[in-house]
Amino acid sequence: METLEHELRSHPFVGDLEPAYLTVLASCATNVEFPAHRFLFREGMHASGCFLIREGKVGLEIATLGRGPIVIETVGAGQVAGFSWLLEPHMYQFDGRAIEPVRAVALDGDELRARCEQDPRLGFELMRRFAHLAAERLQSTRLRLLDVYGTPHAPRH
Amino acid sequence: MHPVTEPVTEPIAGPIAGPIAGPVRAPWLDREPWRVAATRPESHDTVTLELEPPPGRAFSFRPGQFNMLYVFGIGEVPISVSGDPAADGPVRHTIRDIGAVTHALCTRQPGQEVGVRGPYGTHWPLAEAEGGDVVVVAGGVGLPPLRPALYHLLAHRDRYRRIALLYGARTPADLLFPEELACWRGRFDVEVEVIVDAASGDWRGDVGVVPELVGRVPFDPPATTAFVVGPEVMMRFTIRALTRAGLSRDQIFLSAERNMQCATAMCGHCQLGPFLVCRDGPVFCYQALAPWFARREA
Repeated sequence: METLEHELRSHPFVGDLEPAYLTVLASCATNVEFPAHRFLFREGMHASGCFLIREGKVGLEIATLGRGPIVIETVGAGQVAGFSWLLEPHMYQFDGRAIEPVRAVALDGDELRARCEQDPRLGFELMRRFAHLAAERLQSTRLRLLDVYGTPHAPRH
Repeated sequence: MHPVTEPVTEPIAGPIAGPIAGPVRAPWLDREPWRVAATRPESHDTVTLELEPPPGRAFSFRPGQFNMLYVFGIGEVPISVSGDPAADGPVRHTIRDIGAVTHALCTRQPGQEVGVRGPYGTHWPLAEAEGGDVVVVAGGVGLPPLRPALYHLLAHRDRYRRIALLYGARTPADLLFPEELACWRGRFDVEVEVIVDAASGDWRGDVGVVPELVGRVPFDPPATTAFVVGPEVMMRFTIRALTRAGLSRDQIFLSAERNMQCATAMCGHCQLGPFLVCRDGPVFCYQALAPWFARREA
């Protein structure tokens, strides 16, 4: 448990939480490792939790007919993969696959939700962080929707 | 702090209006054409032309400056020099095929002629950045205008502290200069991060947008200079990320793009607020440009 708390403390996503909350998180946490190409989670699966990435890189992929999987986002050390555990219907929206060997702390989503229900301050603190993460991903998606590197539509030289 | 130095342009001969005492030679009429020495495809729509000046014509430029390239009977475009400022030999320009003139340039063959006038414009503040960290941020075809600065930074590595290149493109196939990127990545004294908007499953690199990379490289904000080139939207979001990371406006430099036609500050097509990009830019300090940068009317 102490090791897990130490690892949580050194992760940028939750490291500055109150020590008592880090203890709560540690009680819902497991150290996990995935070799390259292994799936952390699959689209449509029950979102059992999230992964605080310590090392390596995870690709969020969507399978497409005829084009193979498309990587829509990558998540690396210090970042978080998966926030579907927080929102109903608690189902992963994409595949999460290790692009390179991954070491992470997995947080149990069901357990964590129950703890958040019991302690709304913890719930708010986590919701604030995941909302920030969701906003960043939305911003990134919007930027890519603009296709700024694509061929300009206006007449050019 | 805005423009670093006076633009290196040749003086315009004679008055623009009023009585003319003698024959006036416009700067774009007294040039012999240059010859295409070699071409190199960089991606499916981008080509590097190596252009050889006419015999006896010396050419030098400073990183960030551009030339006006013209194809007879078709038109003229401003293109940044993309080669090594310290190297002798043909002058490199990397061009994306997006219109009639750029298409004509991209399809030139060795031995054919291209009109060249320049160099024009301001340059990257490489001397002013000495002693500190330098973060170079490029998006799409924004990398070629920064490549001369990268050559300079790496050739004078001991004058700078940390150097980082953050580069974004649409897909892995759109990445320019992949061999050089691999070479720079192999160095221990420069941090290189590359990201693409989307990729298939066999891409091992990052997927996302360039501003995300700003937080991934270490630099000391009060002692950092950032050079940014890319589509304007990408530059706006990158500037936000850099300012969030602690850089002030006068530490950020960018290369602006406008409809440039004369390159001699006469026609006014490239006006951006109180500036003419051909004369006052293309490299601007963001401090000066900020009031005009995201303004619709500009």
